[in-house]
Amino acid sequence: MTAAVAKSALAKSTAHSIVEASPRAKAVASSLVILYAVISILPLLWIGATAFKSQSDAIAYPPKVIFEPTLEGFVNLFTVRTRQTPDFIAKLPPPETWYDKLVRQHDMVIAGPSKVVPRFVNSLIIGFGSTFLAVFLGTLAAYAFSRFRIPLADDLLFFILSTRMMPPVAVAIPIYLMYRQLNLTDTRLGMILLYTAVNVSLAVWLLKGFIDEIPREYEEAALVDGYTRLQALRKVVLPQAVTGIAATAIFCLIFSWNEYAFAVLLTSGEAQTMPPFIPFIIGEGGQDWPAVAAATTLFVVPIVLFTVLLRKHLLRGITFGAVRK
Amino acid sequence: MAQIRVENLRKSFDQFTAVQGSNFTIDDGTFFAMLGPSGCGKTTTLRMIAGLELPTEGQILLDGEDVTFRRAAARDIAFVFQLFALYPHMNVADNIGFPLKCQGMGRREIRERVQETARLLRIEHLLSGKTSKLSGGDRQRVALGRAMVRRPKAFLMDEPLGALDAEFRHLMCGELRELHERIGATTVYVTHDQLEAMSMADQIAVMNKGRVEQIGSPQEIYDRPASMFVADFIGSPPMNFLRFESGLRSGNRAVILHSVSVEVPEIREDRASAPLALGIRPEHIRFADAAPVRGEVFGAEYLGTTQIVTVDTAHGRVAARLPSSTPVRIGETVGLEFRSERVALFDVGSGLAIRIANEGSAHHG
Repeated sequence: MTAAVAKSALAKSTAHSIVEASPRAKAVASSLVILYAVISILPLLWIGATAFKSQSDAIAYPPKVIFEPTLEGFVNLFTVRTRQTPDFIAKLPPPETWYDKLVRQHDMVIAGPSKVVPRFVNSLIIGFGSTFLAVFLGTLAAYAFSRFRIPLADDLLFFILSTRMMPPVAVAIPIYLMYRQLNLTDTRLGMILLYTAVNVSLAVWLLKGFIDEIPREYEEAALVDGYTRLQALRKVVLPQAVTGIAATAIFCLIFSWNEYAFAVLLTSGEAQTMPPFIPFIIGEGGQDWPAVAAATTLFVVPIVLFTVLLRKHLLRGITFGAVRK
Repeated sequence: MAQIRVENLRKSFDQFTAVQGSNFTIDDGTFFAMLGPSGCGKTTTLRMIAGLELPTEGQILLDGEDVTFRRAAARDIAFVFQLFALYPHMNVADNIGFPLKCQGMGRREIRERVQETARLLRIEHLLSGKTSKLSGGDRQRVALGRAMVRRPKAFLMDEPLGALDAEFRHLMCGELRELHERIGATTVYVTHDQLEAMSMADQIAVMNKGRVEQIGSPQEIYDRPASMFVADFIGSPPMNFLRFESGLRSGNRAVILHSVSVEVPEIREDRASAPLALGIRPEHIRFADAAPVRGEVFGAEYLGTTQIVTVDTAHGRVAARLPSSTPVRIGETVGLEFRSERVALFDVGSGLAIRIANEGSAHHG
């Protein structure tokens, strides 16, 4: 076993390229990267810009790159409004806030807050909750698969992976029926459990790879020195698996945050998340693209923040410097 | 410090038996080496003593106390790994102090003990550094420090020098032996390198295919191998085997090798005719024109003070270690004289040594 560790270490040390890239190759490579980055970020920038456009600017042709920014989209996103006659509006007392004023310019008055905040909170709870559970369970399972002699380990791992082989649509009806029986439809708990079940397979496979890379000797040294198995896992293995855990958490969060099919099917009110909610914004009173864009912009923020926060761990990549390679 | 006893220890992984029925006692303060080719079960045995692996059968006693199924942490032994296993997220001092922290010792006391250990290993200047910045030898010293700091009953070392380069290994061999003399702890040392085992150990257990072939001092193992495996595994080049078929009579002082009579120490057992092997180490062979065993020189390897000359004989190819000054011509026919008191006899069927007169009889493990 130790020989195998040494061997894999050796293979890794020779994987680095010895030849330094020429300046021209570097220039070509970086311009390709920049080009690709621009192409992929352009739609996001466009959505961000649209969120600050007026309704007419948003659908203007040719598209307006320079426009007068307005918070109309955000106001429309967060409020429910009713259309009134100009006479009625003229009779009202003067507007109390800037958003009242903004709405009245379009012959409307604010009737109350929209459902965007509770939906956003649902997304946060379900997304982060299922991510935490999936990574927690995945870490324990991956550790067990990596370190213990488990009967039929390969078959079990394949079974775990097989849960992801079917498209969600294929299992949607059975899950819907199951959830109705269990009274889990349209509950946050139901959504958390569902996303955890989907994510845990990914988490087990990803984390097993990372944990396999950590030499067993670390825990064994800790076991001999006085730790229990669980202490060794927590204080010796986990600090070294941080990179893998961070990467896995990001993947899990992105999945459960963006998931649409199950969310449409299983939630309608209480537990509805953002993805099925955003299309609803379009409906009422014409196509309100700035409001949709505002919702989308807000929707992207948590995941970007989360990724940026964990990026440090992703890039730092703890060096296994104490083992000779 | 403690005595370690292993009784009928067996370990199977599914179909494969890694260790079969080992029995041995390691006395208090002994430097005990387990030597053998890879896959012979030496590391598995060590891991069972450490508590990192549970035996399928058998018992492990530490100072007379049965610890077979006690968890590793409760055995009060220290383990040094081949790949050092220093924690990358801690500095050197924290690594050495880690076992004490596990035991819940106070911070100041830990610092004192770490200092003391570092002084013993002469690595005080490294304490605040990162483990990743250390050289191979210093990493091994830190790993040793982490093992010593707790003052355990015994040290278990799994090829601790295996990851070092040859020059450094030699230096560390000396250091390890010196350290052992100073603290006198029972040490079990696993290696596949016979030089390490020979130069450091008080007792060597030679293992093969999950069995202990022989246990003895380095001299015993080298001079009176209990089996053809041990004779072949120890020594470089290994012992020569000249195969023949014959019966043996107790009291005889010669054997007949295909009509050539070769003197041997007095035989101590009677045997019916069977395939046998006459074993002789290369350094116990001389060229002598009158000698009855004859052969043609095949090649010579110059090694400075000595040379290894290979000779093709009717009984197979034989390597002889001769002084470099002996003139040797390839293709020339020479006579080979064996130092009769150094000759060993083996039963090819069982591979075991046949009892002959010499100081003390070889011991079968």
